[in-house]
Amino acid sequence: MNRLIASVAVGLFFVLSVLAAFVSGAYTAITEPAQETVEHAFHKTPKELHLASDGPFGRFDKQQLQRGFQVYSEVCSACHSLKYVAFRDLEQLGYNEAEVKAIAASKQVPGVDPNTGEANTRPGLPTDYFPSPYPNDIAARAANNNAVPPDLSLMTKARHEGPAYVYSLLTGFTNQPKALLERFPDAKTPEGLHYNPYFANLNLAMAPPLTDGQVTFADGSPSTVDAMSKDVAAFLVWTAEPSLDKRKQTGWPVLGFLLFATVLSYLAYRNIWAEKKAKH
Amino acid sequence: MSFPWANHYTPSHPVMKWMDEKLPLPRLVYNAVGAGYPVPRNLNYMWNFGVLAGFCLMLQIVTGVILAMHYAANAGVAFASTEHIMRDVNWGWMLRYAHANGASAFFVVVYLHIFRGFYFGSYKAPREMIWLLGVVIFLLMMATAFMGYVLPWGQMSFWGAKVITGLFGAIPVVGEPIQQWLLGGFAPDNAALNRFFSLHFLLPFVIAGVVILHIWALHIPGSSNPTGVEVKSESDTVPFHPYYTAKDGFGLGVFLLIYCAFLFFMPNQLGHPDNYIPANPLSTPAHIVPEWYFWPFYAILRAFTFDIFFIPAKLMGVLAMFSAILVWFFLPWLDNSPVRSGHYRPMFKKFFWILVIDMAVLFYCGGAPAEEPFVMMSQIATAYYFLHFLVVLPLVALMEKPKPLPFSITEAVLGSDDAAKLAAKS
Repeated sequence: MNRLIASVAVGLFFVLSVLAAFVSGAYTAITEPAQETVEHAFHKTPKELHLASDGPFGRFDKQQLQRGFQVYSEVCSACHSLKYVAFRDLEQLGYNEAEVKAIAASKQVPGVDPNTGEANTRPGLPTDYFPSPYPNDIAARAANNNAVPPDLSLMTKARHEGPAYVYSLLTGFTNQPKALLERFPDAKTPEGLHYNPYFANLNLAMAPPLTDGQVTFADGSPSTVDAMSKDVAAFLVWTAEPSLDKRKQTGWPVLGFLLFATVLSYLAYRNIWAEKKAKH
Repeated sequence: MSFPWANHYTPSHPVMKWMDEKLPLPRLVYNAVGAGYPVPRNLNYMWNFGVLAGFCLMLQIVTGVILAMHYAANAGVAFASTEHIMRDVNWGWMLRYAHANGASAFFVVVYLHIFRGFYFGSYKAPREMIWLLGVVIFLLMMATAFMGYVLPWGQMSFWGAKVITGLFGAIPVVGEPIQQWLLGGFAPDNAALNRFFSLHFLLPFVIAGVVILHIWALHIPGSSNPTGVEVKSESDTVPFHPYYTAKDGFGLGVFLLIYCAFLFFMPNQLGHPDNYIPANPLSTPAHIVPEWYFWPFYAILRAFTFDIFFIPAKLMGVLAMFSAILVWFFLPWLDNSPVRSGHYRPMFKKFFWILVIDMAVLFYCGGAPAEEPFVMMSQIATAYYFLHFLVVLPLVALMEKPKPLPFSITEAVLGSDDAAKLAAKS
């Protein structure tokens, strides 16, 4: 009986203190209803995006990855690094060894003068990683209105619905809606920032980076902002997970074998238990 | 201990005879998980999860040891070394995804194992020690998983470490010194990362040790069963091998199918995108959330938002979160009903399912941002959680009228038992 009283007392202590919190929370919710925030009202979830690499059977479209790489090289790389990707990885996009060497050599990477030991730059080798556009974060911040352009290697894994987010952000720049300024007069986009409803706090330091026809694709594909954004999103899916194709290719035989083994083990189980089960 | 009718280990091959005299390890295995361990014949699929949990532990140790060969526990390079594993180590992406999803699989299996225990009263005498050791294993698993999540040194790693060690800061007077001592500094940094790596490597072997005690304690009374009626005669049992090795083999196959579907086709589904952003002490994520398996307890932590007299809300939350698991230690003495299985306890059964729903609500709220209505929902759910274990279970045990139990396991399975007829005649 003492035990019962003790446990009920401890239980009621926790129950009453959490209910006190509930009552105080409910009182606050009624007397001071939460203010709608501009982010909550105007932030949009990413647009739908379908890529060749989607789904369990999806595979990279190498032509598209090459186009995305071209957009990254000619546009994004001016501000964004890609530090976990090496030039040698580009062979996976369908470039041959000579092409990879040429791509690497076209970029300057940090080096050391072999005679004086002083820091300098040299043409890249396939074993080098993509060089960063800025020597450090302070330089990046100084050149970009106090915002550091993030590394793009893992971008599509580092955001909810990553590929669709990248695509939506690149195509989502627009003027601030009138309704926004009417409801939230203080929320005018500050000088030097750019309104984009797909960005978490709606105002982005990056200016709209793409314009129609900015890049000329070797395969003659259209270079509208929409098409280029899709290509970059596809390319960044690859940079975030170069092993994606191999992963799915490995997965199917593994699941096939396991299914076969599981069916066999089920039959073995039924067989062994046949005499022990109740006969109805 | 075993039942008198248990098969005896009789090696026939000269090498095995020699081995049995020098080191009877095959005998130990034979009696532990072989033909020498008689097990109730009526175990349902809910009894598969013990073996599966053991499998998960081995999977985590094997993949983890290999990952440790390539990982660098230094705050400057930890994130890059994780990407090195993903990109440059042969099959490194598979090892890392196997380990990360293996942790989730381990918790799925262990939660099912624990709820099996709740429903079928597996914690009741004479099996209290098995239960207590099980709760110890669960606590060790939580500590191990938490420290493992810190190792990639992403944003959630860093901020998770900060929030969880911050819980110790809620202890009055000595809280802050304890927090600094745990972290080796004022905030998570290299010292914290190094010790978390060291402990993350050590604790799985401690878990393996407690698992051995857990199984040892299990073999004294033998396995429980869905009727909750103890074994009475040989016809109530079957040898573990081949009967349950076969059933566990099938269970393992189903488990691996689901696990591999995650591993190969949605390996990041259970993770948080922010952990692919390198740790940055100057940028707080919008919503700091732990891994999904901590969500119910995280919801309890955040439910306490009101100071109770001299106890600050934060301390109250920490107390409640730890008590939510510590209360399981007292479960064998809180639930005094002589009937074990929920099958024969109509009132208990209803409350059990309310607890399941309650845990689901806590789970949902723990993953949601700390806003209304989630906070109020988690407060109601937290209230029921404590009510269930500390008030409902003791009272139900007093008030409930259980349904009649079968005479024996054999009768429950076959509809009749020769031993029961004999008992009725005499």
